[in-house]
Amino acid sequence: MSSRFESLRRSLLAGERLVAFTRADDDALGSRLLVWHDGRSEGTLRSPNLDRAATTLATGPDLPATGLLEIDGTEVFVENFEPLPQLFIVGAVHVAIHLVHFARQLGFRTVVVDARSAFATAERFPHADELVVEWPAEYLARTRLHDNTFCVFLTHDEKLDNPALEVALEAGVRYVGALGSSRTHAKRVAALGEAGLASELIDRIHAPIGLDLGGRKPEEIALAIAAELVAVRSGSEAGDRGRRAGLASAAELVAVRSGSEAGDRGRRAGPASAAELVGVRSGRLPGGER
Amino acid sequence: MLAGTIAAVLDILPDVDRWRADGRKVAVATVIRTVGSSPRPLGSKMAISDAGGISGSVSGGCIEGAVIQEARSVLENGLPKRLLYGISDEQAWSVGLTCGGEVEVLVERLDA
Repeated sequence: MSSRFESLRRSLLAGERLVAFTRADDDALGSRLLVWHDGRSEGTLRSPNLDRAATTLATGPDLPATGLLEIDGTEVFVENFEPLPQLFIVGAVHVAIHLVHFARQLGFRTVVVDARSAFATAERFPHADELVVEWPAEYLARTRLHDNTFCVFLTHDEKLDNPALEVALEAGVRYVGALGSSRTHAKRVAALGEAGLASELIDRIHAPIGLDLGGRKPEEIALAIAAELVAVRSGSEAGDRGRRAGLASAAELVAVRSGSEAGDRGRRAGPASAAELVGVRSGRLPGGER
Repeated sequence: MLAGTIAAVLDILPDVDRWRADGRKVAVATVIRTVGSSPRPLGSKMAISDAGGISGSVSGGCIEGAVIQEARSVLENGLPKRLLYGISDEQAWSVGLTCGGEVEVLVERLDA
């Protein structure tokens, strides 16, 4: 009987996804099998059938929830160790100061990254788990972005945001959100497309960022972003609604700019121009800056 | 306090690491089953050292004392225990789950 604690400890600290199976019956109480999502395993449940069944469960698309499970007639306690959510905030801006505060309260490990050392100071971010003064794209490229990683881009500076956005999107992180109005986002979409990024990846960006709470102040925008992070983390529909609304706005702006029929259809549909429609819709969102 | 199964481990980790570095034996109690309302979710953990150190929790304070008692033999002989606490159990009078639910805890000694 081995508790496998050292392996578990190492993996959890490294942000790996794994499921621990522990026999809960008297015959082999405490016997443990660890199964990583990539199929690696360590330990045994003292039965080849059980080990096989557990491995299948832990490597399938639907991981079992933490709790007692009957596998092959045997009671097994399952612990689904999802990596701790980590949040990378690119841009040590005013909104970021408040976002760090909310995100930490909500259980995110929070890292602030900015190349501008004047912004990324310990005085401004005493509560960040990590504060990194580095080119964001370079930092993200050398950092482990596991599948419970959330990335928020707040710099308002294409040079800093866009290359880092590409890294996050290509890594397949769980959430990517970017600050900026629908107009800014349309520009961003075009730039990322020109840089060769696949449109399915670009479509994953949540923009304008955050749930629509109607606030304008930095702390209110930070709260809207934090609310969206929670919605996405808990799989709520609200988390995806913002992304889809942003997609529609950005698509419309791109259509108008490139003179596509779709962009003109909006104009012909009513007295206002398509851009005006977007403007009205953006007006419902907190602040023109978003 | 962090949320989730992993957080239950990370919450006790600093104490467990320190105790083990000091050469102490360490047992870990894990909530493996709950019925009705229970103050701590499945997977919640409490670590107990053979020097009397306690870290984390498996209830709102109702069963910790009893679990610590039971952990003594586990620390000594390394044999894991599965413990049931609840209103249906006669221990309820002495241990007393105020929430009126039922909790099962697995206690094991950490070896490697």
